[in-house]
Parts: sequence; C-alpha cells; structure tokens
Amino acid sequence: MSCLQTIQDYGLRAIGYGERILPREGYDLCQQFTLIGSGLIWNLYFAVLALSIGFFIATAVALAKASGNPWLRQPADWFIFLFRGSPLFIQFFIAYEALVLLPRAGIDILGITVQTSWLTRAWAGALIVLILNTAAYSANIFHGALMAVPRGDVEAADAYGMTGWTRFRRVIWPSMLRLAWPSYTNEAIFLFHATTLVFFSGFPAFQQQGDALYYARFFADRTFNPFVAYPIAAAYFIAATLALIWAFGRVNRRLNRHLPGAAKRIRYRPLLLR
Amino acid sequence: MFSYCSDPSQLEGLVWLSCYLTTGTHMLFYASFGTVLLLLAITAPLALLLGYGGAMASRSGFAPLRWLGKTYTSMVRGIPDILFFLFVPIALDQAFEWVRHQVLCDSSQPVRQGNDFVVCAAAKLPLNSAADWVHNAYGLFLAIIAFSVVFGAFAANVLYGAMQAVPRAQLETAEAYGMNPRQVTRRVLVPQMWVYALPGLSNLWMILIKATPLLFILGVEDIVYWARELGGSKTSAFAYPHPDWRLYYFLALLVFYLLMTAISERVLGRVTARLSRGQATLGGEAQRKAVPA
Repeated sequence: MSCLQTIQDYGLRAIGYGERILPREGYDLCQQFTLIGSGLIWNLYFAVLALSIGFFIATAVALAKASGNPWLRQPADWFIFLFRGSPLFIQFFIAYEALVLLPRAGIDILGITVQTSWLTRAWAGALIVLILNTAAYSANIFHGALMAVPRGDVEAADAYGMTGWTRFRRVIWPSMLRLAWPSYTNEAIFLFHATTLVFFSGFPAFQQQGDALYYARFFADRTFNPFVAYPIAAAYFIAATLALIWAFGRVNRRLNRHLPGAAKRIRYRPLLLR
Repeated sequence: MFSYCSDPSQLEGLVWLSCYLTTGTHMLFYASFGTVLLLLAITAPLALLLGYGGAMASRSGFAPLRWLGKTYTSMVRGIPDILFFLFVPIALDQAFEWVRHQVLCDSSQPVRQGNDFVVCAAAKLPLNSAADWVHNAYGLFLAIIAFSVVFGAFAANVLYGAMQAVPRAQLETAEAYGMNPRQVTRRVLVPQMWVYALPGLSNLWMILIKATPLLFILGVEDIVYWARELGGSKTSAFAYPHPDWRLYYFLALLVFYLLMTAISERVLGRVTARLSRGQATLGGEAQRKAVPA
C-alpha cells in the first residue's frame, strides 16, 4: 500500500472519515505519521475552542473576583479554588460520571425534550471541562493583571470623561491583557498539552476516534516499540507549540504597540504560573 | 472489621455504611492514599536533585554537558508531560530487560522480532514467578522514575532561572574575594538562589500534587483505580450490593486533592515568608519595615 493511499485512508480517521478499521499490520512510519497527525485534529479542536470560549468566561470571572460585591466575589473565588485546586484528570472523571447520570431519554423543559446523550461524548463533555478549567486558571491570571493596571491609565480615562463600559473596553481591558499576556501564553500552552488527557480519563474514544497520544499509544502497544510512535507525537506537539507561541507573540506585539521597546519576545517559562 | 458485620444483608443505614466502609478492599483503597503520599515524598527530593543537576549542567563551561543540560531543561516545554509518563516507564522497562537479556541469555537472538519484544524468561522483569506485590512495586518504581525525570526537567527550568536571577554583582564580589568557581557556587550562588526559586518550586509542588492521579494511566493501583473499582455498581452477588457510586468516590478524591492543595498553599506561604527574611528583595524589605524598631 502506497503512502498516498494510507494518507487517503487514515488522514481524517480521527474524525470518522476514511477507513473504519485501524491498521492491523505493517505499522510503518507512513501509517504512524498519518494516524498520529490525524489525532492532532482533536488536540487542536479542544485547545482552540476551550481557549477562545474560556477567554471570555475568564474575563468575567476575573472582574467578579475584583468586584466589591461579595455576591459576585465569593462565587468567583470558589470557582477558581475548585478548578485550580483539583487535578484536571479527576475533573474529567467527575464530569463524565455526573453526565452519565443524566436521564437517557432527555430532559423535559417546558414541553421541549432536551437531548442529553451527546454530553457524555468527549467532544462536548470534555470540552466543557476544559473550558471551565482554563477559565479558572486564566481568571486568576487576569485578576492579577487587573490589580496591576497602572493607576495613571485609569485616571487618564477618568479625565477624558470615560465611564463604565467605555472605560473598561478602551483602557482597562487592553492594559489588563497586555500585562497578563506572557502568563496567558503559558496557560495556553499548558492547556494545549492538557488536551492529551481527554482520552486517557473518563471519556471513552468513540469508534476509536482519539487524539494524537491515543494513536501513539495504540502503535506503541501494537509494536511493543515506544521509540517510534512517541517521538512522532512529540514532534507534532513541539511544532504545534511553536506555532502557538508564534501566534501569541504576534498578539503580544500588537498589545504593546504603543509602548516602544516594551514588546519583548515572550519567553516561555513553564510552571512559574500554573 | 466489626463483629456485627458478619451478615451484611441484615444491616441497615449507618451500621451498613460503617461495615461497608471497612471492608478489606476499602482498606486497600485507604492504603492507596499512602501510595500517593509515598510517590510525592520520593519524587519531590529526587526531582529537585535532578533539577539541580540539570540546571548546573546548563551553566557548565563544558559544551557537551551544557547541551545535555539545555536539552533536558527544554524537553518539557514543547511536549506534554503525559507523553513522558507513557514513554519513560516502557522505555526503561525495555532497557532493563535488554541489558539482562545480553547478560543472562543467549544474546545471539535479536530482542526485536517483527512487532514483538522478546527476551528469555530469565531476563523478564519482574520474573514471571515473582509474587504479585513485586509486580506492583516494580510498576510503582517505574512510575516514580518517570515522575522524577519529568518534574526534574521542570525543576531544572525553575532553578536555572533562579540561578540567573542572583545579582551578578554578588558573584563578582565573591570572585574579587578570591573564591574559586566552586566556592562561589557553594557559598554565594546556592544560598541566594532559593528565594528566587521558591515561587516556581511552590508552583511545581502544586503541579506535582495534581499530576499524581496520572499514576492510574501507568497501571499502578492508586486511588483512581480503587475509586473506579469500588464505585462501580455491584450486583447482589456481592456482599454489599449498591448502584453506580463512582461519582461519590470521585467527589471524595476531589475533596482530598482540594485539601492537599489548600494546605500546601498555606505551608508554602509561610516558607516564602521565612526565606524572604533578610533578603535584598521587596518581600524582605517589607518584612524589615514591618518589625517595630
């Protein structure tokens, strides 16, 4: 079987197109590169959606945490404590077990039956967990940045007569993002790497449609050789991480464009933040 | 456990629960919390040691050693840690078995035959005849090595950054006093780096705590394994039948982890305050001013 044929058969296997059965023989480099690469679609899907939705929730939670009203602040504190204080792995299990308990037939709300079975599938259930998880971590980062917004910026906005939403959108929010961005880049990388956990926790891989690491383990188990499949997966992740750092670096430059010399390259220092 | 537990089917309510929660398998479940704590207790110092080695190697003047250190410190940046947790144990296991195969068996036979990894019976680790606990202990041993390697790389990142953060002037002063490089490292660099390393190391400790449930992926009978085993629905064939209670077991694990992280945060806050004392940093300055003259 030529490599082109393999790519046609397995290039989109992770999302259910192409050959139905996973390869049973050969396990050559072409197969491994193709299938692990197709698994990466899931990692990108989870990371992109979780980050883009979690970003807005995180901003809201950070504002709630910074608010003077205890009815807003307390729930925000608890939300952040709950999701930052427990392992993502356990969160996946709890979410899965809780979602499985929902009635199979769906829930009746005002005469309309809401289907719930899709929630137990990884693409929805795990995505919700990842969104909430990254929202909690990012909210903590954003809250720190919000506290560090220079007072002069806010006073200048006041002097221009800006209030409320306008002041927030045009002055406070951009400053907050600018200050939070290096840490937020770290968080994004962590979240991207955490997407590999999805198919190793409570959520089963439906019809063997898994992520890059799921297929890497598949090959490592079949060939008893971890020295091929895992480095391939690692290479994919390094490439994707570099792309992510590059994209976030572009945003960082834009956020700092009014400050000459301030837009330093983001140096990825893991762990100082999460 | 209790004398009244001899016939579980006759029990009701709290009495039933007290018997249920003290069965033999539940005792194993409680013991597995010890496994997690053991992993933390062994991994943390080992990772710190590896991290220190990695950071020192990255600063070395000898180029190959520096490259090795740099590779080690940067390997966790682009690659998910779970990948290492899957890779390191199986790679180590095969490495050990290969070495034993070369020594103990007829080494003319290749180890890799097609898609199989074949070593003779005498080279197997642990031996097929070994007791069950040996298999478990060996699995835990491989897991500890994997955790140490990964968190050692993380720690090397933190310590390298901390070493770079010690003011140059301090080191130059030490050199001006005629100390050789080794003395500069031992007397000036290492004592001063901790205050810079501590925020990163505290974070690392938190991440290590939150990584412990990954033992389950490595096949160790840890708390996640037992929570799934015990929580799964039990038919009336079992002494204590119950529906699917996995959610409650996992909620118990959640509480355990929340407690662990909350307590750690408190302790680490105190340690930070202690280490900032007398340091030329903002934290140290604030403490100095707080003390009434």
